[in-house]
Amino acid sequence: MKQLDDSLENLIEIRNLKFSRGHRVIFEGLNLDIKRLENLIEIRNLKFSRGHRVIFEGLNLDIKRGEVTAFMGPSGTGKTTLLRLITRQLIPQEGTIRIGGIDIATLNLAELYQLRQRFGMLFQNGALLTDLNVFENVAFPLREHTKLTNRLIRHVVLTKLHAVGLRGAADMIPSELSGGMARRVALARAMVMDPDILIYDEPFVGLDPISMGVIVRLVRRMNDTLGITSIIVSHDVAEVSTVADCSFLISGGKVAASGSPDELRTAKSELVRQFMHGMADGPVAFHYQAPDYEEQLLGRDAE
Amino acid sequence: MTSVFRDVFNTSVEFVRTFGAFQLFSLRVLRYSPGVLLSRFDLVVKQVFNTGALSLVIIMVCGLFVGGVLGLQGYSNLARFNAEDSIGVFAAFGLIKELGPVITALLFAGRAGTALASEIGLMKATDQLSAMEMMAVNPVPRVLVPRFLGGIIAMPLLVAVFSMIGLFGTHLVAVELLSVDVGAFWQQIQITVDMDDIKEGIFKSLVFGVAASMIAVWEGYNAVPTAEGVGRATTRTVVITAIAVLVFDFMITAVML
Ligand SMILES: Nc1ncnc2c1ncn2[C@@H]1O[C@H](COP(=O)(O)OP(=O)(O)O)[C@@H](O)[C@H]1O
Ligand SMILES: [Mg+2]
Repeated sequence: MKQLDDSLENLIEIRNLKFSRGHRVIFEGLNLDIKRLENLIEIRNLKFSRGHRVIFEGLNLDIKRGEVTAFMGPSGTGKTTLLRLITRQLIPQEGTIRIGGIDIATLNLAELYQLRQRFGMLFQNGALLTDLNVFENVAFPLREHTKLTNRLIRHVVLTKLHAVGLRGAADMIPSELSGGMARRVALARAMVMDPDILIYDEPFVGLDPISMGVIVRLVRRMNDTLGITSIIVSHDVAEVSTVADCSFLISGGKVAASGSPDELRTAKSELVRQFMHGMADGPVAFHYQAPDYEEQLLGRDAE
Repeated sequence: MTSVFRDVFNTSVEFVRTFGAFQLFSLRVLRYSPGVLLSRFDLVVKQVFNTGALSLVIIMVCGLFVGGVLGLQGYSNLARFNAEDSIGVFAAFGLIKELGPVITALLFAGRAGTALASEIGLMKATDQLSAMEMMAVNPVPRVLVPRFLGGIIAMPLLVAVFSMIGLFGTHLVAVELLSVDVGAFWQQIQITVDMDDIKEGIFKSLVFGVAASMIAVWEGYNAVPTAEGVGRATTRTVVITAIAVLVFDFMITAVML
């Protein structure tokens, strides 16, 4: 089978088509292009603040269809928040987020839920439902959204659990799982509805090297064979480099740098170098904003 | 001085705002209730079992002792008028119309209400509710409404159990311990207590069931999603439910008398 080439600008190209039924000519010399929307997700001029704290201001970024895109950045810059904005769990104060050309702020609840069925999301800590066992957790979306028979559900769920290496854990309850196992179950659950877009929030944290390798390959393989678009949040520079097609370094409420992992690694910018090579001193302050150290230790209180 | 007024003003505004939000929330829960009752009754049954079975033991133990106390107190007072045979009526009225619904509701708040609030709060704190939203499952009908309905169904059943066990406790104390005539004890209850008294008890238990479950579900759903926030939500559940139950009890009694 030929792979769909994602670099094709046109999804469908018709050139000089001729088609006739009997003597009746239906098409002759028909030319038609249907353009592929290059960018699955477009964020323009996004502004979001929590209370007085501005988290994003003037953020622009594009996520290409069929690629693995990574968001990187120091902790607390709002990577998780950005994922929540993209999935409309949060609503920005300004700016637009378009998914497949549709401004998601205009969707009503039913449309939003329809859109979300195309998403799979892996939460930072798994977010498994504590009152269901592993099997039922993975089966949950199927039971809620489909009328599949129990036999079929069993088949699908066990296949997905097998893919993350936890078929044997089907009867365990979430509290019996380690953090890494819970994340892998959550990954199986995120895949179970065969989504178009998979979102991973810090998928590599707390995984042993073996499961890390498995998960990285799984992410890559799903992306390539199923044509899924993946978004990964991580500050694990090494792992992201092996899996991402394009990375965005987010800092100070904006995209500080973007490009392929190689481009980022060789970038000249101070900030990028600091982050990619893990240096404490640089444009990104290691310290949360605070009054002057000396003054606070020695000086009088403000009031 | 002005700062005192400002504080009072701010607190009042906050109170009105919270109360309004609570009403909107209640409407949202109620709007989904018929649908859940019809199409997801399995979820409701599970919650009746969860809340009901959770509270059953504590309800039975407390009922027995409350009934016993009624027996002792009733005997010592009624004996002065040689009316110790009426002790059954005294206890039955007290239990069916007042103590049964009120004490059950308070115990329910302490046992099942806190469990509901902390369960929902923890689901929120660990992103389970967000995860549901992301799986295109609305957590209001899936998580909140079954728990709310389960509480409403469980409450009258628990009240009935409480009152029954309570009467049995009175029987133990009065008949077995203080040798009141067993025939008189039960016959007077049969003659005096009529359907209206039972109805009042059932009505109260339904109102308390709605109040206690709604407050528990609201507090859990609006908990600050941290360990500390969940802890505070459970405490508030008990306090607010207790106040609401006692206020409603007074109002209903005043209207029904
Ligand atoms: N529920 C919340 N309420 C208030 N502030 C929050 C909340 N969640 C996150 N924040 C703040 O928003 C900022 C970004 O958080 P987050 O998106 O989780 O960062 P990251 O995932 O990049 O580490 C943090 O500074 C955090 O303190
Ligand atoms: Mg995060």
